[in-house]
Amino acid sequence: MAGSATADISLVAIDGVQTEIITQGGGRPLLFLHPECGLEASAPVLGLLAKAHRLVAPSHPGFGRSEAPRWLSTVDDLAYFYLDLMAALDLQDTVVVGVSMGGWIAAEIAIKNTSRISHLVLADALGIKVGDRETRDIADIFALTEPELAELLYADPAAARRDLGAMAEADLVAMARSREASARYGWSPYMHDPKLKRRLHRIDVPTLVCWGEADRMVRPAYGQAYAAAIAGSRFALIERAGHFPHLEQPQSFADLILNFVRGKPTSEERR
Amino acid sequence: MRIFQFTEQPYPPAWNEHNGSLRVILPNRKLDPKIAADLFHRYYDEWQVADELGYDIMVNEHHSTATCMSSTVIVTLAVLSRITRHARLLVLGYPIGHRPDPLRAAEELSTIDVISRGRLEMGFVKGVPYEVPVSNANPVWLMERFWEAHDFIIKAMTAHDGPFNWEGEHFHYRHVNIWPRPYQQPHPPVWSTTGNAAQAQELARLGYVMATLGTGYATRGLYDSYRQAYQERWGKPAAPDRFGYLALVAVAATEAEARRRGEQVASYPRTSGIVHPPFRNPPGFLSVDDNVRLMKNAGRPPSRSFTKDGRTVSMATASVQELIDAGIMFCGTPDQVYAQVVDFCQSCGGLGNLLMMGHAGWMSHEDTVDSLTLFAKEVMPRLKEYRQPGEQASAAA
Repeated sequence: MAGSATADISLVAIDGVQTEIITQGGGRPLLFLHPECGLEASAPVLGLLAKAHRLVAPSHPGFGRSEAPRWLSTVDDLAYFYLDLMAALDLQDTVVVGVSMGGWIAAEIAIKNTSRISHLVLADALGIKVGDRETRDIADIFALTEPELAELLYADPAAARRDLGAMAEADLVAMARSREASARYGWSPYMHDPKLKRRLHRIDVPTLVCWGEADRMVRPAYGQAYAAAIAGSRFALIERAGHFPHLEQPQSFADLILNFVRGKPTSEERR
Repeated sequence: MRIFQFTEQPYPPAWNEHNGSLRVILPNRKLDPKIAADLFHRYYDEWQVADELGYDIMVNEHHSTATCMSSTVIVTLAVLSRITRHARLLVLGYPIGHRPDPLRAAEELSTIDVISRGRLEMGFVKGVPYEVPVSNANPVWLMERFWEAHDFIIKAMTAHDGPFNWEGEHFHYRHVNIWPRPYQQPHPPVWSTTGNAAQAQELARLGYVMATLGTGYATRGLYDSYRQAYQERWGKPAAPDRFGYLALVAVAATEAEARRRGEQVASYPRTSGIVHPPFRNPPGFLSVDDNVRLMKNAGRPPSRSFTKDGRTVSMATASVQELIDAGIMFCGTPDQVYAQVVDFCQSCGGLGNLLMMGHAGWMSHEDTVDSLTLFAKEVMPRLKEYRQPGEQASAAA
């Protein structure tokens, strides 16, 4: 199937919600679900994934330019929203890839209905409770200063530093919306659904759980617990990447996913 | 004019080694319960003195902080209901959007109203940002929760014909039927605070008392927003008793002594904002537009305090003179303080409730009582006589 080599950004009504969607490339659809920091159309990972797939990368309601009606208030709501989105766009045999909060959404989709899903990729995914009640599995991003947060999020925190004063108004608006929307869906229980872990056994498609080896916001052991709850899943670490491997190591991230979908084990996989 | 005596019931012994945050994360090991007990009893003693001197009383609550030991207004109100006789008991405020259980809030407040024989004034507030990490209420829905809790509490206080049902967005009850019901009918007067015109207009349409803090000579604009909406909704001008203003107050026989006390009272604005930075702006607490403005301004909020001649003043760093110039503090001899208060009332176009922080920080019991006594004997009678700019209009309406 021929596809567009350049990204197309459009607003599409899904369940009556104006939703910003980036599409690029052709082939088997790949639904990319972004993390809590939002999605920038210029992110190199999008073009890399679009080399082999028809990339569909929406901004979650409340992020980017997507609307946030009051009735969408939980990740459970988002999961049903994305099942509707896949139906509305008639995505078949879809590779669903989610990073961090996007990974949580992807898992919540897959426990409900995998009829349009061929493969699932959970990268540094939030969403489950692993430790005891006094152990916070996921660092409290709302209780940290920017430098403290960067230390936890990135293998190379210095490279991730941003000068807010130099950013365009639209990007600042997107940042502010991302922060608010992250709290809307993930404030309490903090970035997880206490029910999710026991429901992961329902996932019946090939699943890859991958993790930045330097993720200090959510440690790789959490990812291993995720993988252990999904029968037949694979677990892989991504070198020189933290919590957002799609941003820090877009090439290895994309290679890992494309090879997983092709059925090729890679050197990064350690299982 | 009514005058309310207020203290945050601070714990200043812990103010010196705070490592950047007096709130949320300051370990409670820094509080000695024996010293806290002495301080609580002292603050109650001073409110008793205030009651005898003819003041009304204002109380509040904050959480996990050395700036304010009162973590539940209900305890303070319960004590004051029994040990004071005449004072109106204003809670400003009760952060109802943070409370998990508005039924409990309605029951507690009604009980206070009954025990005090109808002296309760109910101030409901959004709360400062630093309440969010402690209560864990989602800041994105905070105002929605606030209004649902408000609607519920008013309904619970005014429904007298048996249980009603409540299945709201945030709260669910099947058999609401509070005992006791409030002493005042239909319910104790409602107050709230605001810093923006839209909220001021909302309060005006409800007819509630609106109070501000630290707005200085920018207060007039907020009051006028209220007045306009009040006139439209109620068909008469808003009386001065619809407005409250929280000011720092220090009085003494000499100006030099008053300035010394003023420095002690100024310790409130100088410590109030010492908070670990991430807790100053929880997600969703401010609008997206306000957050964008904040990011452009390197995280510094726009100043909201102004002097009469238009200079901006930072409450956290201002000198006593600047606080006086901005109408944030009334400080001096009784004559000077009377003149400052009247000048401020004129600038507001009428102000019926002076909420005075007459104690803060390390101010001693003796200084506090002396300042309260001087004000009560030499300033309060003149302020009771004082005819407000809005008062004639209200009497004629």
